[in-house]
Amino acid sequence: MLYFTRWKATAIVLTAFVVCLFAVPNFLPEKMVQSWPKWAQRHVVLGLDLQGGSHILLEVDTNAVRKEKLESLRDDVRRVLRDARVGYTGLVVRGNTVEVRIREGSNFDQAVDKLRELSQPLGGILGSSTGQRTLDVTTEAGSLVRLTVTDPALIERVRQSVEQSIQIIERRVNELGTVEPLIQRQGTDRILVQVPGLQDPTRLKELLGKTAKLDFRMVDVSMPAEQAAQGRVPPDDEILYSTTQPKTPYLVEKRILVSGGDLTDAQPGFDQRTSEPIVSFRFNTSGARKFAQVTQENVGKPFAIVLDNQVISAPVIREPILGGSGQISGSFTVESANDLAILLRAGALPAPLTIIEERTVGPGLGQDSIAKGKISSYVGAAMVIVFMLATYGLFGLFANVAVAINVAMIFGVLSFLNATLTLPGIAGIVLTVGIAVDSNVLIYERIREEVRGGRTPINAIDAGFSRALATILDSNITTFIAAAVLFYIGTGPVRGFAVTLGIGIITTVFTAFTLTRLIVAYWVRLRRPQRVPI
Amino acid sequence: MRLLRIVPDDTKFDFMRFRRISFPMSALLSILAISLYFFHGLNFGIDFKGGTLIEVQSKSGAADLAKMRAALSALGLGEVQLQQFGAPNDVLIRIAEQPGGEVAQQQAVTKVRGALGDEVDYRRVEVVGPRVSGELLSYGVVGLMLAIFSILIYLWFRFEWQFALGAMIANVHDIVLTIGFMSITQIDFDLTSIAALLTILGYSLNDTVVIYDRIREMLRRYRKLPMPELLNASVNQTLSRSVITHVTVSLALLALLLFGGQAIHSFTATMMFGVVLVGTYTSVFIASPILIYLGVGTGRDSLSAPDRDK
Repeated sequence: MLYFTRWKATAIVLTAFVVCLFAVPNFLPEKMVQSWPKWAQRHVVLGLDLQGGSHILLEVDTNAVRKEKLESLRDDVRRVLRDARVGYTGLVVRGNTVEVRIREGSNFDQAVDKLRELSQPLGGILGSSTGQRTLDVTTEAGSLVRLTVTDPALIERVRQSVEQSIQIIERRVNELGTVEPLIQRQGTDRILVQVPGLQDPTRLKELLGKTAKLDFRMVDVSMPAEQAAQGRVPPDDEILYSTTQPKTPYLVEKRILVSGGDLTDAQPGFDQRTSEPIVSFRFNTSGARKFAQVTQENVGKPFAIVLDNQVISAPVIREPILGGSGQISGSFTVESANDLAILLRAGALPAPLTIIEERTVGPGLGQDSIAKGKISSYVGAAMVIVFMLATYGLFGLFANVAVAINVAMIFGVLSFLNATLTLPGIAGIVLTVGIAVDSNVLIYERIREEVRGGRTPINAIDAGFSRALATILDSNITTFIAAAVLFYIGTGPVRGFAVTLGIGIITTVFTAFTLTRLIVAYWVRLRRPQRVPI
Repeated sequence: MRLLRIVPDDTKFDFMRFRRISFPMSALLSILAISLYFFHGLNFGIDFKGGTLIEVQSKSGAADLAKMRAALSALGLGEVQLQQFGAPNDVLIRIAEQPGGEVAQQQAVTKVRGALGDEVDYRRVEVVGPRVSGELLSYGVVGLMLAIFSILIYLWFRFEWQFALGAMIANVHDIVLTIGFMSITQIDFDLTSIAALLTILGYSLNDTVVIYDRIREMLRRYRKLPMPELLNASVNQTLSRSVITHVTVSLALLALLLFGGQAIHSFTATMMFGVVLVGTYTSVFIASPILIYLGVGTGRDSLSAPDRDK
C-alpha cells in the first residue's frame, strides 16, 4: 500500500493539481478571467439565494390549450361543411369531441369523407410516422359525426405551446436588460424563469402574466352596450370592458378583423398633438391589406382595440388607414406604453401562464448569506484543524493538508461543471469537511490498532491503509446514495446541497485513496520511522 | 508534544448488556415521537403547505411589530404571522395560503407590498402555490423512501440480509426520533428539513457501516466467540474512531449553528440532533445489538473449521 511507482505518483499529484487549478478563476477579478480561453473561464455560479434574484415557476394553462384546439376544430368543421354545401345542425364541443349532425342522409358519406380529411397523421421523432392521427372520427345512426381529438395530439399541442411560450418569454425577459436570465422547460407544462439580480419582480411578473393577445374588432353600435349587458347580447357579439377605471362596457363583434399576429413592429412614443404616451405599430403586408380594407369600408364607425379581452380604446375611424401603420392611445403611462410595446413585439402567448411558485431574494440578504457562509466555514475549518493537530500531531497535519486539497478540489469540480453554489451548498461543503476528516480518522485509528497488535511501524501503516480503505469505500457509497437521491428529487437550494455533498464524497474517496497515502508514503521513505507518532 | 486521547486504548465497555435498557427505551421514544407527530404535528413551512413568506428589514432601526401587524391584519388575508428573525430590524411575515388558487397568492404579495410601502427592504419573498406544495411534499416523502430502499439494497449486496435489515431498523429509528424532535421544537418543516433528514440518514448509515464492517471482519476471524462478546469487541475497537469523528462533525455543525445565520438555523439544529445525538447512539446501542436477534453468526459454531485466532 505504501509503494507508488513514479508515474503513478506523478499522475496523482497532477490530477489533484489540475482539478484545483479549475478553481482559480473564482478568486480572480472578472476582468482578468475574461481574456482567457472559454474552457478556462468556467467558474462557480452563485445561486439566487446568494446573489439575489427572482425564481419564478410558470404553468401553461393546458385547459385553455385544449379549449382553443377544440374551438378551432369546431370552426374547421363549420368551414368544411359550408364549403361542401352540406346542411348540418347541432355543432357543439363536448369534452374532447366535436359533434355535428348532418341534415340529409344522402350527403352523409360525402360529408364524413370531407371531415376525415381534417385528421392528420401525427409525426414522430424525425418526421417518422407513428401511425397515430390527430383525430378519431366516428359516426352514429347515419347522421351523427363525432370528431375526437386524440390524447397524443393534445399532448403534442401542449408541448408546442410550451415551446412557443418559452420563445416569447425569452423575448420579453430580454427586453428587461437583465444579465443571464435562465428560461427553461420543466416537466411537461411548466417553465422556469430565473433572473439574477432582480430586486423587485413586480414588472417581470406583469410581463410574464399577460397573454398579450391583441386584436382589432368592430364595435356594434346597433344598441347601447349597457342595454345589451342587461338584456340579450346579439349572438355574434360579446360584452368587453375597458382597461380604465371605472370599467366601461363595450358591445364588440366576436369577429376579429386583424390580429396581433400580423404586427411586425411596435414602439412606444408620444402623440404629436396631445403629447400623451402612445404605442405605434406596423402591420405586415397581409395585415396592412386587411386593415386598409376594413377602415375603407367603415369610415365613421368605431372599432375596438382589444388586449386580452379588455378594450384598450375604441376610436372612430376618421379616414381609411392605408399605410399599414397606426397608433394606440389609451391613457397610458410612459412605462405601460413601453411594456405594451414590448409585449406586442414579443408576440402573444399561445395560452395563459400562471405563476405557481415564486422565490425572490434581495441582494442584501444574499450578501449576508455569503458573509455568514464564509465565517462559519472559516470557524468550522479552524476548529477541525486544531482538533486534528491536537489528536494526531504530525499525522493531523497530513490530514489537514489532505482536507484542504480536498476542499480546493471540490471548488475545482464545481467550477468545471459550472455548478451553482447555494447556501445549503456551503453547508454541504462544511459537512464534507467532516466526512473527509473521518476518512483520515478511520485510517489513523486502524494504524494505531495495528501498532498495538504488534506490527512494525511500516507494516502497521501499510495494513492500516489497506483495511481502512475498504471501510471508507463502503461508508461513503451509502452517503453518496443519499446525496444522489437528494439530487434527483430536489430543486433549487436542496439540489445545490446534494451537488456539493456528492462531489465532496467523490473527492474525499479520491484523496483518501491517493493523496493521503502518498503523503504518508513519502514521509515513511524519508524518515524510516521506528515508531508511529499517533 | 502529548497528543489528545479522548478514548483510552482497549476499552472494554459491555455495550451489549445495555440493550436490555436501550431497546425498550428506543421503542418508547419512537412511540412517543410517532404520537407527537400525530397529536402535536409538524410545523409545515410554505414549501409543503403553500402560502407566502416575506422577510423584510426595516430601514430605520428596530421594526415596530405591532404597527406592522395592525397594517397587515387590515388587509383581510386571513392568518398573518409576524416573527422577529435574527436581528431586531428583521421581520418574517407568514401568510397562510389564500383561497382562490394560484392568482390569489400573487395578489396577497401585492397587497402586503402596498401596505408596508417603502419603509422596509424586501429581503426575501417566497410564494408557493397549492399545486407546487402538494408535489413538493410527495417528492420529499418518496425521496426519503427511495433513499432508504436503495441503501438497503446496496447493504444487502455488500453484507448479508441481516445487516441490511438491522441498518434499516436503525435508520427508521433515527428518522422517527428526528421527526419527534421537529415536532417538539416546532422547527419549520420544509424542503431543507428533507435534506437534513437525508443527510442524517447518510451519516447514521456511514457510522453503522463502519461498525458492521468491523463485525464482519471479526466474524471471519473468530469463529467460536459468542456473538455478544464479538459485538462488544467490535464496538469497542471502533469506539475511538466514532468519538473523534463525531467531535469533528459536531465542531463543523457548531460553526454553522453559531455563525451560519437564521436561514440555515433549523437545518443545522436538526442535523445536530440527528447526527450527533441520535446517530451515534443508534449505531452503538441499536444497530449492533439487533444483529443478535436477527441471527447473525448463529451458524458458525456448527462449522468444523479450526479457530483461526490471529
